[in-house]
Amino acid sequence: MESALAYGLQGLFLGVVNITLPKVIMILIGSGLLYLGIKKGYEPLLLVPIGFGAILVNIPLSEMMHDGGFLRFFYNIGVSTEIFPLLIFLGIGAMTDFQPLLQNPKIILLGAAGQFGIFLTLLLALALGFDKLDAVAVAVIGACDGPTAIYVSSKFAPHMLGAVSVAAYSYMSLVPLIQPPIMRALTTEKERQIVMGAAKLEPISKTTKIVFPIAVTIFASILAPKGAPLIGTVMLGNLLRECGVVERLKSASENEIANIVTLLLGLCIGATMEADKFLKTQTLLILALGFIAISLDTAVGVLFGKAMCFFTGGKVNPLIGAAGISAFPMSARVVQAEGQKYNKKSYLLMHAMSANAGGQIGSVIAAAVMLSVLQGMGIVGK
Amino acid sequence: MNLDNWTFGWTLALIGMGGTMLVLWLMSLMILLIRKAFPYKPEDSGAKKG
Repeated sequence: MESALAYGLQGLFLGVVNITLPKVIMILIGSGLLYLGIKKGYEPLLLVPIGFGAILVNIPLSEMMHDGGFLRFFYNIGVSTEIFPLLIFLGIGAMTDFQPLLQNPKIILLGAAGQFGIFLTLLLALALGFDKLDAVAVAVIGACDGPTAIYVSSKFAPHMLGAVSVAAYSYMSLVPLIQPPIMRALTTEKERQIVMGAAKLEPISKTTKIVFPIAVTIFASILAPKGAPLIGTVMLGNLLRECGVVERLKSASENEIANIVTLLLGLCIGATMEADKFLKTQTLLILALGFIAISLDTAVGVLFGKAMCFFTGGKVNPLIGAAGISAFPMSARVVQAEGQKYNKKSYLLMHAMSANAGGQIGSVIAAAVMLSVLQGMGIVGK
Repeated sequence: MNLDNWTFGWTLALIGMGGTMLVLWLMSLMILLIRKAFPYKPEDSGAKKG
């Protein structure tokens, strides 16, 4: 009887006995993410489940990510298979209105410039000693697009998924703090005061809105076949939105599917943040490179805006170049606020929204192009 | 293909940046074409007259 009591009590304290400093640190980091999500409102839909997942997986002996563990189950069916980020894309497509882009298509080029940070960060990551595919995963933080970063990272560098995802979502929520100083540093006061003509709001036909996602899917997927799942799901979601005959599917994509998958994806990302995998110098490097990537996106976007300003004889306010990233519509709002600071008569929102919608497509296309080039070089399987 | 890190990086960066720019530029032309093929008509707004 006494020995049974002793063993029983021992079982009760096994968790306490097995707790280690790294696990405590990770539980604190998880709590920090919860704080940022709940108290500060930084991407709460993702940071709350990520933070909680990080806490769960670091509870001693919880074995959440061991074979048969509850988080391992969701990880295997949703993240390893890359299904979760694709389903999120379906929701994004259903939520996104591409009308500003359809009204002003040349602005889409700002969406390309806004992705250059990806490729410049790739060079930096390689110079810092990252392996080829690890460098690709880190660089894609520069897409400023959580699902794209998760998709590429889970495909090529699953061991870095936690750090890459946390960096991607954290910096996306910090766009209002990261972008303005860069915008101010690269433009003159005169440029920031440029008033752009009222956006020519040429109405767009319903047929155009329906044909657009179908045409983009066919066209972009043929050019970059490896990116077809990314492009296809975004555009399917958008087709459901625009065709007007499948309201239930559209609603399910942007609500039920997106919500369930966001919850499970967040938990799974948090579950990759086990102390022994996360507490490394490499994680700090990933966070630093992610910051650099988004800063470079902004810088190249603004510089491209300056070029457009030059070639149009001063008709384009270079600030809208900063909106060529995928953080929609946050980045467009930052541009509008910054423009208003220097000229109360300046209304850049519609132009910035066009650039921002271009950035959304641009990030997916950049990832698709990258995957196809990697396939062409034989770095990833045919 | 066995590439050293530097060659790999520059190749991917140059083709990646050029490719992204090219695809999006072609896409902007495609949007103009679609708009031309399916111009807006007032009936599109759902407010049929007469």
